[in-house]
Amino acid sequence: MKKLHALVAAAALLVSGAAQAANVTLLNVSYDPTRELYKNVNAAFVAEWKAKTGDSLTINQSHGGSGSQARAVIDGLDADVVTLALAYDIDAIAQKAQLLPANWQKRLPDNSTPYTSTIVFLVRKGNPWKIKDWGDLVKPGVHVITPNPKTSGGARWAYLAAWAYAEKKPGGNAAAAKAFVREVYKHVPVLDSGARGSTITFTKRGIGDVLLSWENEAHLALQENPGQFEIVYPSSSILAEPPVALVDKNVDRHGTRKVAEAYLQFLYTRKAQEIEAQNFYRPRDKAVLAAHAKDFPEIKLYTIDDLFGGWTKAQATHFADGGVFDQIYKPGK
Amino acid sequence: MNMSSAVASSPRLRWRNPSVLPGFGLTLGFTLFYLSVVVLVPLTALLLKPWTLGWDGVVSVVTEPRVLHALKLSFGGAAIAAIVNAVFGLLLAWTLVRYEFPLKRFVDALIDLPFALPTAVAGIALSALYAENGWVGGPLSGLGLKIAYTPLGVIVALIFIGLPFVVRTLEPVLADMSLDAEEAASTLGATRFQILRRVVLPALVPALITGTTLAFARAVGEYGSVIFIAGNLPMKSEIAPLLIIIKLQQFDYAGAAAIGLVMLLASFLIILALNLLQSAFAARR
Repeated sequence: MKKLHALVAAAALLVSGAAQAANVTLLNVSYDPTRELYKNVNAAFVAEWKAKTGDSLTINQSHGGSGSQARAVIDGLDADVVTLALAYDIDAIAQKAQLLPANWQKRLPDNSTPYTSTIVFLVRKGNPWKIKDWGDLVKPGVHVITPNPKTSGGARWAYLAAWAYAEKKPGGNAAAAKAFVREVYKHVPVLDSGARGSTITFTKRGIGDVLLSWENEAHLALQENPGQFEIVYPSSSILAEPPVALVDKNVDRHGTRKVAEAYLQFLYTRKAQEIEAQNFYRPRDKAVLAAHAKDFPEIKLYTIDDLFGGWTKAQATHFADGGVFDQIYKPGK
Repeated sequence: MNMSSAVASSPRLRWRNPSVLPGFGLTLGFTLFYLSVVVLVPLTALLLKPWTLGWDGVVSVVTEPRVLHALKLSFGGAAIAAIVNAVFGLLLAWTLVRYEFPLKRFVDALIDLPFALPTAVAGIALSALYAENGWVGGPLSGLGLKIAYTPLGVIVALIFIGLPFVVRTLEPVLADMSLDAEEAASTLGATRFQILRRVVLPALVPALITGTTLAFARAVGEYGSVIFIAGNLPMKSEIAPLLIIIKLQQFDYAGAAAIGLVMLLASFLIILALNLLQSAFAARR
């Protein structure tokens, strides 16, 4: 009899629990190499949200080139949050579709970037071409793999990192930087449209001698193909800040503002920062960064604001139609 | 045949042939509605979009050297692929219809694979095969021939996706062709080559042109399978559909539509010409 009571009570509890707890769905629209990161972050946040509110949360992920993801959101992909490769792409969503306010980047700490990254070199085992720094990319015979800056966020960071090296090295200036970047792209035999595509071209198809890669993507390639590749840290690179933002109009329509905000704030917590570091993104949290110092060697990192006057300007000068990148491929030059 | 000649000879201009079947108004109405929704409205949007740039803007977009090169590669590659498919598709169709051999049904089903396979899967498979470390690309690169990540790779992908169009258009025509004519020619003393040239091929040409046109049309706009094997270098191995995507990524919808419009017009003219050629052949018989 006692047993039966307990059973009934348990059943009642279950039923009432089910009645209160809601099923919530979030869509995180992200860029190419964050698949593994957000798989882990999402699992942690879903568990935490369940413990806190009792709601069953499902977080769907969408990945692709940063620019095409931004375009998809503008064209109506129902993102609750966007976590893209560069601020310019989220600016575009704010400007063209007015789905979030123009000052979105001020709403969360650290320019709305809970983690940072940079561009490093991935070379084949033993570094046969002795590639140590940006200058080695233009040795005769070296083939460089990097995606198309027109379509890939990572490729834009790589382009800017190469430019920064040439402009800031002793005796460097803007004209020298332009000539250097042009020379680098002359060594590129394949322009994939996204970072993941380039990684596959380099690691699986065996094309090229050095891959200009996101730091996290390079570490991932090492893990996936043990003993085949090495990471080389150049003397300088760029501080890549991949920002995150709430898509206001969409969350208000879905009624998911609270959970989406909590999700983005979660990215800054110690727990999430630890996951980000384990996925080879540089965490903002100093203590977590210190604990993983061996994965993140200190090199000189230029920022886009210092050297290029922010994304809007860099985009217009370098990557817009007819910009510096297009001039590289003008025939007869 | 009789009906239409009767109409043509009647002095009164009639806008439709009388038919014993009821429901003409309803079916024609539905046909027009359906065509409008599925084909005409999207095409009209494409026709209208570029002009936000103005005439000069459109001209400067499509005469950019990089765009011209990409158009040349897309149309040139599609034409070469269509011709290759015409030759080998004819051979395949002939083999599949005229001979009996084990596993024939299986081989026949293989022809449809390029139809069924998602184009991205085809592209990735082809680039893995033809890359310098691939099964086919490895030995070929030893001979100094590079296919993946060159314009040749584009053509290989276009041949792959176009093949079923030629084979599937030719097969029913070949199957319907009775052997009588060939046998008659033979009894009249024609050589085998004469039979092929004067009896078999003329009967096949209209279908061959149709199949080749379909393969060409499909190849001009192909994106998914080409993008993985092309290398995508501006002025070298960049196809026009990729340029459209790049323009879209930069939120340049009008520029993208301008290239799309040029491709549409060029395809239309080429397909029109091929159709005229086809009906000319059909009429001669």
